[in-house]
Amino acid sequence: MAEKTVRLKIKRQLNADSSPFWEEFEIPYGPSMNVISCLVAIQENPVTRSGKKTTAVAWECSCLEEVCGACTMIINGKVRQACSALVDNIDQPIVLEPMTKFPVVRDLVVDRQRMFDNLKKVQAWVPVDGSFDMGPGPKLKESERAVHYELSKCMTCGCCLEVCPQFEKDNDFMGAQIISQVRLFNFHPTGAALKEDRLHSVMGKGGVAECGNAQNCVEACPKEIPLTTSIAEVGRQVTLQVMKDWFLK
Amino acid sequence: METVKDNSFFYRRLHSLLGIIPLGLFILEHFFTNSFAIHGATVFNEKIDFFATLPYLIVIELVFIFIPLLIHGIYGLYIVYTGQANQLQYGYYRNWMYLIQRVTGVILLFYIGWHVWTTRLSALLYGKEVSFEMMHKMLASPLVFWWMVVGVVCVAFHFANGIWSFSIVWGITIGPKAQKRMGYITMGLFVILAIVGVKALLAF
Repeated sequence: MAEKTVRLKIKRQLNADSSPFWEEFEIPYGPSMNVISCLVAIQENPVTRSGKKTTAVAWECSCLEEVCGACTMIINGKVRQACSALVDNIDQPIVLEPMTKFPVVRDLVVDRQRMFDNLKKVQAWVPVDGSFDMGPGPKLKESERAVHYELSKCMTCGCCLEVCPQFEKDNDFMGAQIISQVRLFNFHPTGAALKEDRLHSVMGKGGVAECGNAQNCVEACPKEIPLTTSIAEVGRQVTLQVMKDWFLK
Repeated sequence: METVKDNSFFYRRLHSLLGIIPLGLFILEHFFTNSFAIHGATVFNEKIDFFATLPYLIVIELVFIFIPLLIHGIYGLYIVYTGQANQLQYGYYRNWMYLIQRVTGVILLFYIGWHVWTTRLSALLYGKEVSFEMMHKMLASPLVFWWMVVGVVCVAFHFANGIWSFSIVWGITIGPKAQKRMGYITMGLFVILAIVGVKALLAF
């Protein structure tokens, strides 16, 4: 009996400016393989299915337990994490492509800097830095903590942006990831100090108004974060902020 | 880091608001008035006369219908342009609704342009009389009849589904349950409006 193998078809790109091309690989099957272990096998022996020697396929990964988001790529047409994509559960040939909404660095590696820049724009943090000890922060109610926890599971993987019909490589839309973080930090008793600034940020170019309500984000989120609830909630906060800006100032 | 200040937020919210007030309210009035056609030519023509003799009619039409329509239509077209459809890859229900909302919007741009020209502007410019008889003659052509059915069904969907997204944009329906409930209500409204609209067309 022939040895069991895994077939992969990978969209490759040697650098940011070169054009993409496809290569097929066939590697020995092992129990409990995931897409990452397939990529490791290719790295060890970078030979295509037709026997041609090639360069190793580049990819990123870190945690291997779907909490860091680094290995996010398009697997069989759907964006997800490569670490939690088990070979036994997906069709072959396994088709791997880099995410399409971020610039490709090489092969399956993309540059997701835009998400981190946007986190800075909306000041997605709790402002506690100071020159003296401010003591312990206010306590959260258990019901509030539960919501906080759900929102804080975001690993900045970019799945919600990849599937969003309004988020493009060359536009300014910040997308669900940012809007949900605005909700998280506005909701935090200490983080709320920057609430108005954050709301004004998402009322600018690329802000919450540019959401088209296709709601793909909430379907695609691997951490099952209630992203559409966050979008509506921030929409409500922004509506109230507009009232404040128009009638109280 | 500063986010760029521009007016896109204002225009986007204006676009959303105008879709409901006044345009949505006008659609309800328009469908209702057309339904008088069920009671025949005399009743319908009486209602038409009532609207035709409203004081400051041109101002009302400009401020509450024509200008909002133009803003909603032109900015809507820009919104369509900013999106990139991906239904084949991610065929979720809401993603399809997103696409249908945009497709019906573009169809309506042509439909309403044609409709305003044939039943209002040409009357205004060339003194053509708008009446039951005129509609009867127009709708005798199957082409016109089916084109108007398309227009009525599109406007019923676009308005009903527009209420659904309006409720999210302004922060009325927040959670998934509330949004789902609003989904049922607005699709119910779509069916009712489409029936009322097509019944009025059949009455001519």
